[in-house]
Amino acid sequence: MTQCPECDARLERKDRIEGELFTCPECGVELEVNGTDPFAVSYAPKEQEDWGE
Amino acid sequence: MSSGFTLGVFYTVIRPEERWILEAAAARGLAVERLADDAVTFPVERNGFDADLVLNRSVSHTRSLYALRFFEHYGVPTVNPYDVVSLCGDKVLCSLRLQESGIPTPRTTVALTPEAALKALDDLGYPAVLKPPVGSWGRLLAKVDDREEAEQIIEHKAALNSPWHSVFYVQEYVQKPERDLRAFVVGDELVAAMYRRSADWRTNASRGATGEAVTPPPEMTELVLKAARAVGGGVLAVDLMESPRGLLVHEVNPTPEFKTLTAATGANVAGRILDYVQEVARR
Ligand SMILES: Nc1ncnc2c1ncn2[C@@H]1O[C@H](COP(=O)(O)OP(=O)(O)OP(=O)(O)O)[C@@H](O)[C@H]1O
Ligand SMILES: [Zn+2]
Repeated sequence: MTQCPECDARLERKDRIEGELFTCPECGVELEVNGTDPFAVSYAPKEQEDWGE
Repeated sequence: MSSGFTLGVFYTVIRPEERWILEAAAARGLAVERLADDAVTFPVERNGFDADLVLNRSVSHTRSLYALRFFEHYGVPTVNPYDVVSLCGDKVLCSLRLQESGIPTPRTTVALTPEAALKALDDLGYPAVLKPPVGSWGRLLAKVDDREEAEQIIEHKAALNSPWHSVFYVQEYVQKPERDLRAFVVGDELVAAMYRRSADWRTNASRGATGEAVTPPPEMTELVLKAARAVGGGVLAVDLMESPRGLLVHEVNPTPEFKTLTAATGANVAGRILDYVQEVARR
């Protein structure tokens, strides 16, 4: 259990893994899993100019 | 495959694609070394990694290139190889290779200064499309309808003061239906294909385009496989447009997403990637 850095919503790990992207169900901000035990999240990394497929 | 095999996965973030790949590897009993592109370090003198083969899933062109070159240096095979990623990750180099290989592609001109870009646009005619040579998801792609717009957009790009935006990739605007085509290639096989449909002229899935499965006609399959071979082959997404003069290949993506494609076609893309990776590892 942790909190959204944007809106403080309570977030659960569910089956998410380290590095996984997900959106906050409350505010829609993009987040990244930073740790699973304990569960920790941060803002997803910002897209850089040379990012793509 | 011997049980000693370790698959390295070099990645920026875990999207559904990376998660499926990790799950497919686990289901096959493969050991996985996760290599986060923002954390790993690369000694020049020695290989500090366990991986016997590295699958590149990094979204960063710069990080991918250096990492792949290091793995090459360590004697660790990668999917895709350095040469393929350096070519396909840069639209200029990719266009050159497509042209050299006789693959129909939109008319394209490259200019190296804002002044030259204006001239290239005038010569190519309007409407035209301006693209940064590196990067995707349709970001900073501009449709230029006339000279006035050209001046504004070029001025804006010059103000970004970025090396990527000081190279101007200028392309004819292709009068296509409200869709393009994406074909996913793994090795010698076209695994699945879809239309990407949207009202926006940029039919990127990341811009909300929807995917619809396509059974590629033989001439499309042939063209797609030819394009994939032309850039060196591997795991690639070949993007095509239907133009009045037939199918045109506008780019080949070296680290393709496949969430939308998987949903649209039901193809087991992650499984096919893993098959291919294991095949390359056996070579
Ligand atoms: N010359 C063109 N004429 C008309 N439409 C175009 C042209 N070039 C690109 N498009 C449209 O814009 C979309 C994005 O273009 P392109 O694939 O070149 O950019 P990208 O940012 O590299 O996207 P991707 O995520 O597919 O790599 C294409 O899918 C296509 O629908
Ligand atoms: Zn939130």
